[in-house]
Amino acid sequence: MATQGERILEVRDLVKHFPLTQGIMFKKQIGAIKAVDGVSFELNKGETLGIVGESGCGKSTLAKVLMALERPTSGSVVINGRDMAKAKGSELKRMRRNIQMVMQDPYTSLNPRMTVGDIVGEPFEIHTEVAPKGDRRRKVQELLEVVGLNPDHINRYPHQFSGGQRQRIGIARGLALQPEIIVCDEPVSALDVSIQAQVINLLERLQNEFGLAYIFIAHDLSVVRHISDRVAVMYLGKMVELGKDLEIYDRPAHPYTQALLSAVPVPDPEGRESRERIILQGDPPSPANPPSGCRFRTRCWKAQEICATEEPLLQIRPGTAHLSACHFAETHDVVHAG
Amino acid sequence: MSKTSLRTSPAEGGLGDEPLLAVEDLHVEFATRAGVVRAVNGVSYSLNPGETLAVLGESGSGKSVTAQAIMGILDMPPARIPKGEIRFRGTDLLKLSDEARTQVRGQRISMIFQDALSALNPVFTVGWQISEMFRVHRGMSKRDAMAKAVELMDRVRIPAAKQRIHDYPHQFSGGMRQRIMIAMSIALDPEVLIADEPTTALDVTVQAQIMELLAELQRESNMGLILITHDLGVVADVADKIAVMYAGRIVENAPVYDIYRAPAHPYTKGLLESIPRVDLKGQELYAIKGLPPNLLDMPTGCAFHPRCPYRQDNCVTDAPPLYGISGARNSACHYWREVLDGDPR
Repeated sequence: MATQGERILEVRDLVKHFPLTQGIMFKKQIGAIKAVDGVSFELNKGETLGIVGESGCGKSTLAKVLMALERPTSGSVVINGRDMAKAKGSELKRMRRNIQMVMQDPYTSLNPRMTVGDIVGEPFEIHTEVAPKGDRRRKVQELLEVVGLNPDHINRYPHQFSGGQRQRIGIARGLALQPEIIVCDEPVSALDVSIQAQVINLLERLQNEFGLAYIFIAHDLSVVRHISDRVAVMYLGKMVELGKDLEIYDRPAHPYTQALLSAVPVPDPEGRESRERIILQGDPPSPANPPSGCRFRTRCWKAQEICATEEPLLQIRPGTAHLSACHFAETHDVVHAG
Repeated sequence: MSKTSLRTSPAEGGLGDEPLLAVEDLHVEFATRAGVVRAVNGVSYSLNPGETLAVLGESGSGKSVTAQAIMGILDMPPARIPKGEIRFRGTDLLKLSDEARTQVRGQRISMIFQDALSALNPVFTVGWQISEMFRVHRGMSKRDAMAKAVELMDRVRIPAAKQRIHDYPHQFSGGMRQRIMIAMSIALDPEVLIADEPTTALDVTVQAQIMELLAELQRESNMGLILITHDLGVVADVADKIAVMYAGRIVENAPVYDIYRAPAHPYTKGLLESIPRVDLKGQELYAIKGLPPNLLDMPTGCAFHPRCPYRQDNCVTDAPPLYGISGARNSACHYWREVLDGDPR
């Protein structure tokens, strides 16, 4: 069993730009989508880091770069002391075993023409050293049992399962290679409310059982809070706030985090008239052409001149105990106010 | 049915005891190759002017099918309405001719959909699509209709409406597209607006903008709003009353405060308890066990009994009626008293 607190993943100044090109024959780069633009964090064994943010903030690109599905433009992804961004060939293949992914949509992320046994066992085809051929069927059945599916259903096809069961298949596939890190990209948002709780409980049980570290990407802030030890808030390719779950939810310091939290509907009508709500105007700017200085300043009610000229760094600010990227960071409890 | 009785303007008021819209014992079934699917099984609810009714349920609960029956946009066949009434200002819409129904649809009762990108036509400008409402229903000229469309886009707060009216749907963000849908739906001042998961595809900050816009439009025009959703947070924020649906039936309906304070059906109770709560962090979430039923093979008796912690023998055999609890509260559970009181687990 893994010991808690050991550093397992360290991400430094990670940047991923997608080039924007013009012309058909002679492609010319005219700009770049700055999907992830200088993100740093670390993850310990057995820990869950929640990542929240709106669509377009770069959280899914971050997941892809961590999975080495996309090569970063610059920066490093160090797993157990080795930089995956620089790894190639067999070393990269070996490192990939250690970080696996659970996708959002269990309806499109499973091949409808493959049986459950083939889907869950496919990682063994690539990493043959994990399970010798004769052993695979038994291994797959074990995995199905671990995620709460009937091992006798190994020959069924994905369409014969419900959404929640399909997500369990996706989780079993993620577990197959016994990784230390699992990236969950919106693992419950496609599921019905009564099924979400079942899948979250399963993820927590597996974490305790196998000492997994999770990167849990979601837009449902109450789910993230429930499962995460620490939470990072992203806006337009940058992390704007990072801290323990309590710090982020009860003492948010960045205006964007405060707006995000106040926008989440509270499932209790009591006192709904007096609740504080910060309604942001407009949409996030395009990541191809982000504002100068602080990227949130175009929608921020605290913005001053300095915000346009000087980019606020993610650091501990006076009066707060966790990292935030705002010149005027000030803790303010939006959830319990009002 | 004479059209005059339908033209009662809201200003005349005096609806008497008759609500603005009343769905009464509605049944909808679909003929499929695998058999008849009973998607809606005796649903009743009502809506008054200015009121917000939230219809809460999971996929397959029949909440959207009920709304489509009200709008008259079900494909029939395969759908069939064997029984039930949908009364709008006292007139049963199901008995109207197709022509009379068209007069109601879009003008008196209109609807917005979850996915604005697929609900809008990609090859026409948004201005053309909004102004179509005025050209078709009001017989306006192109120029007048376009001017009206700009007005509407201003009203739903799309910035620079005059310039953007010639843009196509893909040039707008998700939140702006939903505003365009809302502009189309309120174009003809409907008395009932049905919003089917209007913010499910949107980010929370945009969701807050859209819900605020809807509430404001509702205050201005006093229209009745039916909000179809699975989000218990959104419901708590805006609804006056709630109807909870499960497997094609209403299992509980009540004013919003009552239901969150003390649910009277085990399904509602289970949903509320499965929401992650701050004070229970680190503990296992309460999860309703099992799966929603297969509509082709419904459980006997109460459809919820295979998943219910309050189940007794008679739940397996007798389908519970909608018991009246008090005033506007009903629960379709034989043991609603026990559910209201406390905890079987």
